[in-house]
Amino acid sequence: MTVDRRFIEHFDWVLLLSVLLISAAGVLTIYSASATPYGPQPTLYLRQIYWIGVGLIVMLAAAATDLNTLKRLGPVFYAAAVILLLSVLVMGRVGMGARRWVQAGPVSFQPSEFAKVFLIFWLASHLADRPSTSGLRLRDLARPAALLALPFLLVLKQPDLGTAAILFFVAGTMFVAAGVRLKPVLALAAAAGAAFFFMWPLLWGSLKEYQRQRILVYLAPESDPLGMGYHISQSKIAIGSGGFWGKGYLAGTQGHLAFLPERHTDFIFAVFVEEWGFLGAIALVGLFVFFVVWSAEIAYRSRHRFDTLLAAGVTALFAWYTLVNLGMTMGLTPVVGVPLPFMSYGGSSVVAGLAAVGILMNVRLRRFRIFG
Amino acid sequence: MMLGGPLPDRTLEGEALLAGLRRRWKGLGLLWLVLMGVILLRLWTLTVFYGEEYRRQAENNRTRVVTLKPPRGILYDRNGTPLVSNLPSFDISIVPEDVGEEKEVVARLASILRLDPDDVEERIADLKLRRPYEPVKIKENADWRDVTRIEARRIDLPGVVVEVENRRRYLYDVLGAHLVGYIGKVTPEQLKEDLYKGFPREIQVGQYGIERSFDRFLVGQPGEKLIEVNAAGREIRLLGRREPTPGDDLQLTLDLNVQRAAEDALGDRPGAVVALDLPSGEVLAMVSRPAFNPNDFSAGISGSRWSRLRDHGGFPMTNRAIQNAFPPGSTFKIAMAAAGLESGVITPETAVTCTGAIRFGNRDFRCWKAGGHGRVSLHRAIVESCDVYFYELGRKLGVDRIAETAKALSLGRQTGIPLPSERGGLIPTAEWKERARGQPWYPGETLSVAIGQGYVLTTPIQLATMSAVVGNGGEWRRPSVVRAVRPHADWTFRSLEEAERVSSEVKPETLAFIREGLRGVVHEPGGTGHAARVEGLDIGGKTGTAQVVTLRDRRESRETRFRDHAWFVAVAPVANPRIAVAVLVEHGGHGGSAAAPAARKVIEAYLAPKNNPPPPGEAS
Repeated sequence: MTVDRRFIEHFDWVLLLSVLLISAAGVLTIYSASATPYGPQPTLYLRQIYWIGVGLIVMLAAAATDLNTLKRLGPVFYAAAVILLLSVLVMGRVGMGARRWVQAGPVSFQPSEFAKVFLIFWLASHLADRPSTSGLRLRDLARPAALLALPFLLVLKQPDLGTAAILFFVAGTMFVAAGVRLKPVLALAAAAGAAFFFMWPLLWGSLKEYQRQRILVYLAPESDPLGMGYHISQSKIAIGSGGFWGKGYLAGTQGHLAFLPERHTDFIFAVFVEEWGFLGAIALVGLFVFFVVWSAEIAYRSRHRFDTLLAAGVTALFAWYTLVNLGMTMGLTPVVGVPLPFMSYGGSSVVAGLAAVGILMNVRLRRFRIFG
Repeated sequence: MMLGGPLPDRTLEGEALLAGLRRRWKGLGLLWLVLMGVILLRLWTLTVFYGEEYRRQAENNRTRVVTLKPPRGILYDRNGTPLVSNLPSFDISIVPEDVGEEKEVVARLASILRLDPDDVEERIADLKLRRPYEPVKIKENADWRDVTRIEARRIDLPGVVVEVENRRRYLYDVLGAHLVGYIGKVTPEQLKEDLYKGFPREIQVGQYGIERSFDRFLVGQPGEKLIEVNAAGREIRLLGRREPTPGDDLQLTLDLNVQRAAEDALGDRPGAVVALDLPSGEVLAMVSRPAFNPNDFSAGISGSRWSRLRDHGGFPMTNRAIQNAFPPGSTFKIAMAAAGLESGVITPETAVTCTGAIRFGNRDFRCWKAGGHGRVSLHRAIVESCDVYFYELGRKLGVDRIAETAKALSLGRQTGIPLPSERGGLIPTAEWKERARGQPWYPGETLSVAIGQGYVLTTPIQLATMSAVVGNGGEWRRPSVVRAVRPHADWTFRSLEEAERVSSEVKPETLAFIREGLRGVVHEPGGTGHAARVEGLDIGGKTGTAQVVTLRDRRESRETRFRDHAWFVAVAPVANPRIAVAVLVEHGGHGGSAAAPAARKVIEAYLAPKNNPPPPGEAS
């Protein structure tokens, strides 16, 4: 593959810069979060840098691949996602009470992180191939919804409530963007609500104990001062105690004294705000907003329905992640365990995230090519 | 309007679709921005509006999660006598984070406890994987005087805490140590097991014996409490508490009287005793010598004690009853007789003339009785333990047929007793030798096997189980060590699932004939086991004297390590067996003189207890 002159000329440096800034903040915060006097893994930040490096290569590859070819491979992406999730079920490693990791040679990774991107790919191609000027009817939605149910249930089985929720929101966003007829969907929602009401005892019974706990604690955090409620309130204390100016880098106490759970992964935002304060948080959230708006703009300006849907799906993925994670650390949404994109420690989410950024770049680049 | 198939984007309809897509996308984006606005508002509220309040909370964030250890289940013998207890004891610990000027506090504490300050420092530095605010144990099982001194000077000792612990106390010390086992701090490997998932690292769990195999009942579930502490790390307020779940109590199959008799009978001699209840297969007694004291482990064994146990030449940490395999010697003739009768190679009437040796190949195989036994039937061959008879029988049977019956009688494989690390022993076959040694089986080797020598290796529990099969008339059960479990806060014990029955497929008539032979060993003139005879008890048994080295003239050697292993296996009463026993005395010499009396004492303790009548309620 020769490097196209236009590839360099129109490369989305702005998007890359915003992602790198967020990642840098992540590495700094991971360092701080794990650099306790008794910290078990002070080299976590190095591994994060390593994964960012790997991710950037994957990103470039994703940006330079011919999207038209990939679009035709839609069903293959779907199959790949399902196989990835099945591999977790078959040979997954259990960690923190859930089966989420798979060992591949020397590295273990979370297949669900990649499966999400694959599913967006498939759904975009699926919806692009079935246009409807007056909106999708329920009948049109049934097929993709049924197909999505399988990976959704597989993720739920791990169990990974956070990823399942994100999957649901992203697919919903893509459906709405593709256009659905409002009335039947509302009717369906009402029916689902009723079904949920009557099926609730059954559903409740099928949840894992800790999942029930999380829902209960979300509804009433004070009910469990030892467990999850403790985590939420400690997270809020960390954020709140940062104040306007923050306590200064490496000067946070909540994070360092291990009052915060998952402080280098899901609750990394709390560690960040404790040290950088409202001011730092505004800058960081601003970066995220900029990143999402820029991505949305890529989707908006694309000249192909597939491209738009694809970029929209990827954007929705980041948008929902950001919203749910920030909401969770501040006690606005249930603690479902989703990472903050590019901030949270985790090789799989970093590499998959950067691959998704590569897709966005790819879509943007197609604006500058000969229309086909 | 639904359009079939892909639609080119650059048509009029395509543009319309794209326009609609963009419009909705814009709407979704605006919705997200609004939600992010809520997030920012929340951020502002938390950091700026309530910032002061949270900052104060963070500064006073002296909440600690303290583990509440569950009391372990209590072990009872089969008659309800407790074997262990959980005694509250005081541990003195230090929380390094709460210690101000550490040197001085450590020095003060060391002087109160009469410890070397450097040792204390070392203990603190040693715990690398400690969680923040996890206390470091400085002195375990501290006496009351130390505790009061520390409480009196608590202002001078920030970070020093006194914790109440339940200390496992084994009431009879070494008695039944290998069966009961011991506990110790959970290991990093154990923490990965499902049973101990989420356990705090300072908790003690079963490490050996029943304490380990049945830890799923005994260990319980730890609880925790969330406390608020002051600047010196002392609890000032309880914020939340999750009670620990105590472990379940277990009723063992062990009979304290029988166990005590077995311990006394073996004395200080290295060896093992196993006694099984019939027909249940319940382990009434299990002794292994030399032994250890499980109480040494409960408080965290000291380094010197542990190295003394480890370097002890007699391997006190090994349960010889299940973990060591020895040649069974003449006790194996039970299996031989069964194999001969079952295969039809001999009948009870088949007789052989013993001249003191037979020649096979170019070697003399000698009988233990130099002059020979003369003409002996199968019954007399068992009674007098005639080697020549069984050489002849072995020659006719061949090694594979011997192995078939021996295995059916539970030899050469794990009995499945629910204790850790049971050895399987070995019953050789031609195929085994080919595979393991790459050599063909030599017929001469069959003759060694016929008298329980050569490659044959059995554990004491296997020989006890073989006796149980003979006593039960063909059926046996996996030896069990726990009878019943009593969930905590419950009044009654519930029986555990009965051990599976295994049919040996040896005919009852065959075993009845062998039992007569065993009775003869003890009661008939010329029997090798008359030392097991006791007034009023119908005991049957078989002696075994297993060579340790092949040189025949080592038999009477003064040097202990060359002396033979003495065996005695027994069932009683022969008419209706209720107990099966196997006794091994390592390097004890003759089975008849060294092991048989011990078996007799064990049987007496169970069937005719003298000073300890069974407590009321004991039905049998």
